[in-house]
Amino acid sequence: MSVFSEVPQAPPVAVFKLSADFREDSHPQKVNLGVGAYRTDDCQPWVLPVVKKVERLIVEDGSLNHEYLPILGLPEFRSASSKVALGDDSAAIKDNRVGGVQALGGTGALRIGAEFLRRWYNGVNNTATPIYVSAPTWENHNSVFADAGFKDIRPYHYWDAAKRGLDLDGLLDDLEKAPERSVFVLHACAHNPTGTDPTPEEWKKISEIMKRRSLFVFFDSAYQGFASGDLDKDAWAIRYFVSEGFELFVAQSFSKNFGLYNERVGNLTVVAQDGENLSRILSQMEKIVRTTWSNPPSQGARIVSKTLNSPELFAEWKGNVKTMAERVLLMRDQLKAKLQAQGTPGTWDHITQQIGMFSFTGLNPKQVEYMIKEKHVYLMASGRINMCGLTTKNIDYVAQSIHDAVTKVQ
Amino acid sequence: MSGPGSSPNEKVVKQNEDPGDPFSEFTNAHVPAGSPETRLLSAFKNDTHTRKAYLAGRGKSAWKTFELRLVRKIKQQRSTDPTSRPEYPSSLGLTEFTRRATEVALGKSSRAIMEDRVLGVQTPGFTAAVRLGAELLRHWYDVCAVWSGPVYLSSPCDDSLAGIFQAAGIQDIRDYYYWDDTQRNVCLEKLLEDLSKAPQQSVVVLSASAHYPTGADLSQNQWAVIANVIMRRRLFPFFLLPPQALCYGDLERGSWPVHYCASQGMELLCAQSFSHCFGLYGEAVGHLLCVLKQNSLLFSMESQAVKIVRSLWAQPSVGGAHVVATVLSNPGHLIEWKEEVKCIVERCMLIRELLRERLRLLGTPGCWDHLTQQGGLYCFIGLNGEQLEFLSKKRHVYLFTSGCLNVSAINSRNLDYIVESIHLAVTTSF
Repeated sequence: MSVFSEVPQAPPVAVFKLSADFREDSHPQKVNLGVGAYRTDDCQPWVLPVVKKVERLIVEDGSLNHEYLPILGLPEFRSASSKVALGDDSAAIKDNRVGGVQALGGTGALRIGAEFLRRWYNGVNNTATPIYVSAPTWENHNSVFADAGFKDIRPYHYWDAAKRGLDLDGLLDDLEKAPERSVFVLHACAHNPTGTDPTPEEWKKISEIMKRRSLFVFFDSAYQGFASGDLDKDAWAIRYFVSEGFELFVAQSFSKNFGLYNERVGNLTVVAQDGENLSRILSQMEKIVRTTWSNPPSQGARIVSKTLNSPELFAEWKGNVKTMAERVLLMRDQLKAKLQAQGTPGTWDHITQQIGMFSFTGLNPKQVEYMIKEKHVYLMASGRINMCGLTTKNIDYVAQSIHDAVTKVQ
Repeated sequence: MSGPGSSPNEKVVKQNEDPGDPFSEFTNAHVPAGSPETRLLSAFKNDTHTRKAYLAGRGKSAWKTFELRLVRKIKQQRSTDPTSRPEYPSSLGLTEFTRRATEVALGKSSRAIMEDRVLGVQTPGFTAAVRLGAELLRHWYDVCAVWSGPVYLSSPCDDSLAGIFQAAGIQDIRDYYYWDDTQRNVCLEKLLEDLSKAPQQSVVVLSASAHYPTGADLSQNQWAVIANVIMRRRLFPFFLLPPQALCYGDLERGSWPVHYCASQGMELLCAQSFSHCFGLYGEAVGHLLCVLKQNSLLFSMESQAVKIVRSLWAQPSVGGAHVVATVLSNPGHLIEWKEEVKCIVERCMLIRELLRERLRLLGTPGCWDHLTQQGGLYCFIGLNGEQLEFLSKKRHVYLFTSGCLNVSAINSRNLDYIVESIHLAVTTSF
């Protein structure tokens, strides 16, 4: 008799199930708008030219040997990553109160941050500290914090379905009512899944309350550069909060903006009050990493580090990122234009107002089901589409399908 | 100190050694700030003595040639491959890798594989594999409650192991007798005694080969006896296969205990590392194997493993796993790799023999047979704390604080000095 006989089947991860269903579909016009990765206009994944170049440089570099990285990761990667988030002229970096922990992707960075907070924030091992995540949010946020031991994970108002935009009043109200010292997970830019970000003015309001009520800022930054095409613009919120004197964490992912999905490159940037605090925080994070993966993989970190630390390669990278962002912006423009031209009922401004990879179309679950079953256009039940799945070749079909879904299904 | 002519063994050691940089053994990896090992490394780096020797590294320079030839070639091929797709891999990792890793642990013709009741998950390194195994046990070993132990670790063992289980929420960590200082070997009787007293359902962590830090492994007969006790007492085996092939230069022999237990119909977990034996230290290539009693459980266990992975690292990185999978699936590469492993293992054996012989010639008190009875990269020399301190402070020879040393860090330039130092450590009265 197996000791595992009673183990139940866990539900599949929705987005991967969607992709699996898509793969099995044999319809000639099928479109996958569920995947969370960049695609070219030919619907292919894209190896950034700068990445290809740097990979070759690394492979040919005989002086590099494949030694274990330190537990906290490649030093030049960590510092370059924090710099890209905080800015070249960051006062916090100059004050030596910024550090980084190389992690397995954005997920790994979130997990290390969460594990640290559970052990050392708001008392010792205080699993009751409320963790607030946006409604909706990337569903893995819930799992990461829950598995790190937090017992109280709550939603904060974010998406207003009626007005198809940010529910600012709801959000600010939640901030005012949250117990002091609660942790808020904020999306630095290109909110996943809604694509709706607070404006700078709105961020200022959020910041004011968070400071006043001693709420902890934990940024998730997976799309820097990818959202607007401009690294600095996409990091505005992070930099504003740092300038307001917050101690904060930023979980950075280089999966999307470097196309390094499979090398798992992430960094947890820690902005501490001072160098002494920083050093103690990092020492505890090191202990956490030691029992998780011990030494992070070097390949991806070397690629990013080499790129960020070379002015030429950095410029080339920015160009590649802009290429991706611009294709997304083009698809947004075109989709909205087509829906308007078709006279598809409803307003479609949100398609171009939203930013980043995703758009919350506003399609309801029944309409989504229609799209998938009848039109073989795959999107998430929430109505979220990945703009990267749109191409000049399939956009007409998708626009038409949305039109049919909206007019035929209530 | 050397005789008029070098022995044939010495000549071979000299031929095969890496003439490189004396600092090349180091990495400040694996060592939390402020730990005894960091202090050791720090002390070594600040030590200005000309004859200083660091024997507490992880042995990566041994793989330099292999890495330069085959691994680099494979990586170059991958970087120019137009069909490679940058997208998220499965949370379980590369299929080709897990398949090969599973075969390495269980043997190609394993019944468990043929009956499709083996779960294989690629992990970012060995620690991650142990962590995943610990998490699976915590959540699913006892479906009615969150399981919290006991887990039995060998005494001594890698000092990071307890922390990994604790990080997974398992607090009840105990040890079982393993290394006997007087015998300078494993004491099977006491080991069995401890296992027989362990509560049913306890998890026992066993080193399949190349035990760290002692280098002392069990014989096949001993394994058969242990397996019996495990089955009788309904204990659950969790095998460790870290630098697996390094011990014997023979993949099958190194993982024999795992084959054996699986063939007895046991369920087991096995954490593997491929980072060392492919010279891929930086690439964090690990694997967790779970052998189940029935195929019907595979989907559930797989789905739960995916769920756990999702909130830890989401997906593993592919670079290193790709290299390993490529080597293991290509007969030509495999031969080349086995040759390389054989060289390294033989060199380690020669060094051990030289060490033993030299100590004997010096008349160093004590029995040094264990040096050649053990195999692999690490050797538990059998010195006490005072002797180790003497070695580092007075002779500038640094061993692991456990008394273990990395055999491959010994070469023709430092052999005499090291032997002399050990002799002095043993004969000086404190």
